[in-house]
Amino acid sequence: MSSSIHVSLGQVAAALTLVVLAVAISFWRKADLEEDIAVAAARSFVQLTAIGYAIKLIFDVDSLWLVLALLTVMVLFGALTARSRAAAVPGAFWPLLIALAIAGASTLGLVVALGVFDPTPRYLVPVGGMVIGNAMTASAVALNRLGDEFGDSRGKIEATLALGATAREAASPFVRRALRSGMITLVDSTKTTGLIFFPGTMVGMLLAGADPTDAVRLQLILLYALLGSVAIAALIATGLAYRNFFTSAQQLREPEASLSD
Amino acid sequence: MLFELRDVSLTRGKRQVLDSVGARLPAGATAVVGPSGSGKSTLLRLLNRLADPDSGTISYRERPLIEYDPLALRREVSLVPQLPALLEGTVESNLRFAAGLAGEPLDAARCLRLAGLDLAFAERDVAELSVGEAQRTMLARALSQNPRVLLLDEPTSALDHGARDAVEATLGELRRRLDISIVLVSHDPEQARRLGDWVVRLDAGRVVEEGPVERILA
Repeated sequence: MSSSIHVSLGQVAAALTLVVLAVAISFWRKADLEEDIAVAAARSFVQLTAIGYAIKLIFDVDSLWLVLALLTVMVLFGALTARSRAAAVPGAFWPLLIALAIAGASTLGLVVALGVFDPTPRYLVPVGGMVIGNAMTASAVALNRLGDEFGDSRGKIEATLALGATAREAASPFVRRALRSGMITLVDSTKTTGLIFFPGTMVGMLLAGADPTDAVRLQLILLYALLGSVAIAALIATGLAYRNFFTSAQQLREPEASLSD
Repeated sequence: MLFELRDVSLTRGKRQVLDSVGARLPAGATAVVGPSGSGKSTLLRLLNRLADPDSGTISYRERPLIEYDPLALRREVSLVPQLPALLEGTVESNLRFAAGLAGEPLDAARCLRLAGLDLAFAERDVAELSVGEAQRTMLARALSQNPRVLLLDEPTSALDHGARDAVEATLGELRRRLDISIVLVSHDPEQARRLGDWVVRLDAGRVVEEGPVERILA
């Protein structure tokens, strides 16, 4: 694959017209999103420009250690971001960190071992970023749901514990639902891909002048890899995090502000 | 002595739910009575280690509760919570799950009959049960474990008079035939009088009275 496309800053600036349009719509219909849209546009510019230079540097230096460092930072920030969406789950950071690290490492390891991609920065950086990003979203959704389930179903969980079930047995229906909700978005969007929307990689490759067959095949590889990584991440995050709701004596911990009779 | 509590205290948040509770619960049927918020349900949850006290000791059959494996204890000392909380599935699948945990063969007909339910309920989806039916299914589920002690939290609160009488008759029969001890939380002194031999009265997390039913609820 060779990049045959050059994009000038002028072209980027021209695309801002659509951001202005979004601000205008928000202002006109009083959606109160003008500031958020402006922040989103500015942050995306700064963050993507920064990561663009970082990737360029990593490609130029061509060091796998730098790739590893970048992916580690992504895992760390991914876990911190996901934790903020899983506020109802006690001690969610470590399960998320472990989930993202294992999902990223195993997915990348597998695609390299199977010979799908060469172990070079040009493949590992973008694929790793996609894998970790999707794993983060899935595990955040899963743990958010897990927190809701444990909040809503304390009575059921405790009634099951009262029969002498282990924490794992008492939690299993709720862990299963959380795992499912973490995975379902990607499964559904994979089902409709090509029909209702064109995924980003394919669009990018087509714009860059690649052969459509190549673009589709690469997109398929990525979709399949993402399905695996999302399942691994959601499985590990929920499988570790549910334990934090219980004590070692298989008791359901009291929520922070509980006053039960 | 079935249970003995010494100086048991428990706080939740800033609230003292149990305050230096000392009580002796003999084998047979003990009714724990008191106004709403007096700590009755919390006391019950301590007896099969769904929670542990902040301080004080509880013993079961002369041995500290903390020395029992919580899972084995809960299969022997079965708690039926006030609000029905069944697992998704049929009545029978709930009974089977509970019996399996206790390593007991399932006799669904017997458990349902003891709880005042017809065998036809076995195939019913728990989502379709009324609150009263679900409450009795909870009792049947606990009985499927063949427990030595039943901890019942307001077991008839959702039942009409007919169903309440049926469950109370069952509890009396269980005691006579199966030698099961019962600890019953009830806000209703009449029910405590009908079912209990021994009464512990709580108020604001403290034991204010305990003794034989004919003395306390005379």
